Amino acid sequence: MINLEIPKKFKPLVSQANQVANEVFRPISRKYDEAEHEYPKELDMLASLIDGMNEGSDIGGAGAAGVRRDPRENGDGENRNGSNLSTVLGIVELCWGDVGLLLSMPRQGLGNSAIASVATEEQLERYGGRWAAMAITEPEAGSDSAAIRTTAELDGDEYVLNGEKIFVTSGDRADLIVVWATLDRSVGRAAIKSFIVERDNPGLTLDRLEHKLGIRASDTANFTLQDCRVPKEALLGNPEVDAKAGFGGAMQTFDNTRPLVAAMAVGVTRAALEETHRRLGEAGVEIDDAVPALCQHAAAARFLEMEADYEAARLLTLQAAWMADNGRPNSLQASMAKAKAGRTCVDVTLGCVELCGSAGYAESDLLEKWARDAKILDIFEGTQQIQLLIVARQLLGKNSAELR
Amino acid sequence: MNGNDKGGIAERSMGFGLRALNRLAGSDLLDRIRVRKQVERALFQTTKGGFRSATAAGRTFKAAQKLGKPARQRPRKPPSLFDITPDDEQQMFQETVRDYASEKVRPAAQKADADRSTPPELLAATNELGVNMLGIPEELGGVVSEQAGVGAVLIGEALAHGDMGIAYAALAPGAVATAIGHWGDAEQEATYLPAFTGEDVPAAALAMLEPTPLFDPLKLATEARRDGEDWVLDGVKSLVARATECELFVVAAEAEGLGPALFVIESGGKGLSVEAEPAMGLRAAATGRLLLEGVRVPAGALMAAGERDAYVECVHRARIAWCSLAVGASQAVLDYVIPYVNDRTAFGEPISNRQGVAFAVSDIGIETDGMRLATYRAASRADQGEAFGHETALARRLCAAKGMQIGSDGVQLLGGHGFVKEHPVERWYRDLRAAGVMEGALLV
Repeated sequence: MINLEIPKKFKPLVSQANQVANEVFRPISRKYDEAEHEYPKELDMLASLIDGMNEGSDIGGAGAAGVRRDPRENGDGENRNGSNLSTVLGIVELCWGDVGLLLSMPRQGLGNSAIASVATEEQLERYGGRWAAMAITEPEAGSDSAAIRTTAELDGDEYVLNGEKIFVTSGDRADLIVVWATLDRSVGRAAIKSFIVERDNPGLTLDRLEHKLGIRASDTANFTLQDCRVPKEALLGNPEVDAKAGFGGAMQTFDNTRPLVAAMAVGVTRAALEETHRRLGEAGVEIDDAVPALCQHAAAARFLEMEADYEAARLLTLQAAWMADNGRPNSLQASMAKAKAGRTCVDVTLGCVELCGSAGYAESDLLEKWARDAKILDIFEGTQQIQLLIVARQLLGKNSAELR
Repeated sequence: MNGNDKGGIAERSMGFGLRALNRLAGSDLLDRIRVRKQVERALFQTTKGGFRSATAAGRTFKAAQKLGKPARQRPRKPPSLFDITPDDEQQMFQETVRDYASEKVRPAAQKADADRSTPPELLAATNELGVNMLGIPEELGGVVSEQAGVGAVLIGEALAHGDMGIAYAALAPGAVATAIGHWGDAEQEATYLPAFTGEDVPAAALAMLEPTPLFDPLKLATEARRDGEDWVLDGVKSLVARATECELFVVAAEAEGLGPALFVIESGGKGLSVEAEPAMGLRAAATGRLLLEGVRVPAGALMAAGERDAYVECVHRARIAWCSLAVGASQAVLDYVIPYVNDRTAFGEPISNRQGVAFAVSDIGIETDGMRLATYRAASRADQGEAFGHETALARRLCAAKGMQIGSDGVQLLGGHGFVKEHPVERWYRDLRAAGVMEGALLV
């Protein structure tokens, strides 16, 4: 039966996450926006708490650990609300607090999502409970992740990694880095695998930390891998180069993580809308649900339009997570959610700055920060354009050779 | 559930539509309408000339067995989980209407648009599907015991996928039945609802919109003045579906001392007239203006005692209904442009191999899905008895803005071919603009 409300069983989780956002993230939000590269030590205590939330597997947690697909979720017709949905809901709340701080949360990195998505039981045992960053992008390969040049060569019981990785979120702070590398550059996508590298591996050198437009609380590291040796067991998923399976192994992570990034965008968007709603109210602009938008103050009409886009983005995100919970293929819906949420977040936060004028633009308030934070959400985990490509290929029944 | 518990299957089926499906299955109507018939349309042609005429000489509505108090559909019990799947009965109903829309409605759409008239046999067949009974309480012959806003949305979407104009023509009477089922008193229900549960459902219209820029349904120019025990109404209502045929109207007017309110008005009365009002789209609905000049109605014509909450709820429910039509028409655009851009070649390859084309298709898909979810949410909250005005306002903004854009992109993707009537996208361009214009007229 159609019901698009947040299920009752997740309300405690949502409320907890909201408290964390409100009482932990918001008060230090500006501090770590200004103190770029400084470690937000307030998060350590919180991380343990989140680990605890993640333990209750059915309810899931507020972070990345919740995205593993349960093999039992194979569509027996019974409706399920599981860890994908609860994780999305938790992330929305936390990013309503501060998306940069969420990205800095120990053990909640996208590397953790990758491990949770494709690791074997043995790997889960070995790497579980540790903080994992994700290293995909290279100076010459961004959206085109099939073009990565970092190589992995099997040498006895070890793989030897060589290459350069940029834009690694929390790369310096994490315990592990999930590095994408190719076993054979001539094979293309099918040869791309992900490897878990210990942060203190001597073959891994930190080159620099980036200075960024937004999410400044979150560190973004650039690395060089030089004869970086990892044990054979550090390869995530299937070591075979199977041309038919193609990119599947490595890309599978994204079907699970795109709704999470969409959820981040939804959270930031809501933060800006709520603050703008409050400020418009102070300025005497009331928004009426029954009166047509065009019969109201222009600011009210604009606000309704932005909130409508937010609602669509939010529901698309919940839909993608809900499908994952129910074992339905959701790659189309995940990309739809990411595309809509990403662009909505940018449009709405910038729109809110305009509506609030200098109060929105100045650092006295967080609106300008949210507008800066927003932009990355339409870029990482697949840019707007990449999402539109994925959606188009699915809708049109095209492969990546036909629609490039 | 034991064997002699009659409530078993009956109870399950009461939820939604099974009884309506049974009616359908037992009818030979669907078979009959497969036979192409030349239909006399002289009556409808008169609406094209712009002549003003009296409203239809309708039937006499007489109170049948009157209940002590008005019957109402129950709110649905809120489910505990998030879910985007319609229940089994809704799915069956949805599939039936979908098949019907693709087999019967879509093929008739272009001619209905050109003729500014939906063939009567198509309207009759749509009626027989039970689509206009969803808001009628079961005690009064309805097929649904619980609130069926989501069901109405699914049906509106499915029918509009066939054609938005025909959907408007076909669903307009249901808006009057639903209004009376929701806000009518016992007398009004007993008088008018039996006509909507029989075979010969009257043409009827919920007339709210007025021909003024920045129309606000809460600030009506149409006025209802008190005169002794009676009300006297003056005003003009716009884009009323099948206005010349209508035997019954629910008219929105500013009621003296009360604010905006709904009145039940039978056709044929003094001071009531209609004139054709052809518009850019929704032409199959033969839209017209309803003119009220000193129309006198008894005190009992006022609905819901003029309560503002009931009126505002009506405004919102109408917007949800228009959203459902916009979703259906937008999906139709998407389903139509996909094979077109895949087949059409330029510069030696399908045009869909170009991002400029492909991304427009992506956006149609993304926004249609967003519109759909926002509309479902508003409707399901309404069914559960939750506040739904805010959710409706958001769905409305989405459907008005994105629906229009999708209509435009549909034509654009076909280029010059989209501009000519050989393809339906130009009609959808015209129809989808209505989603942001219409008020009242349809209800969930």
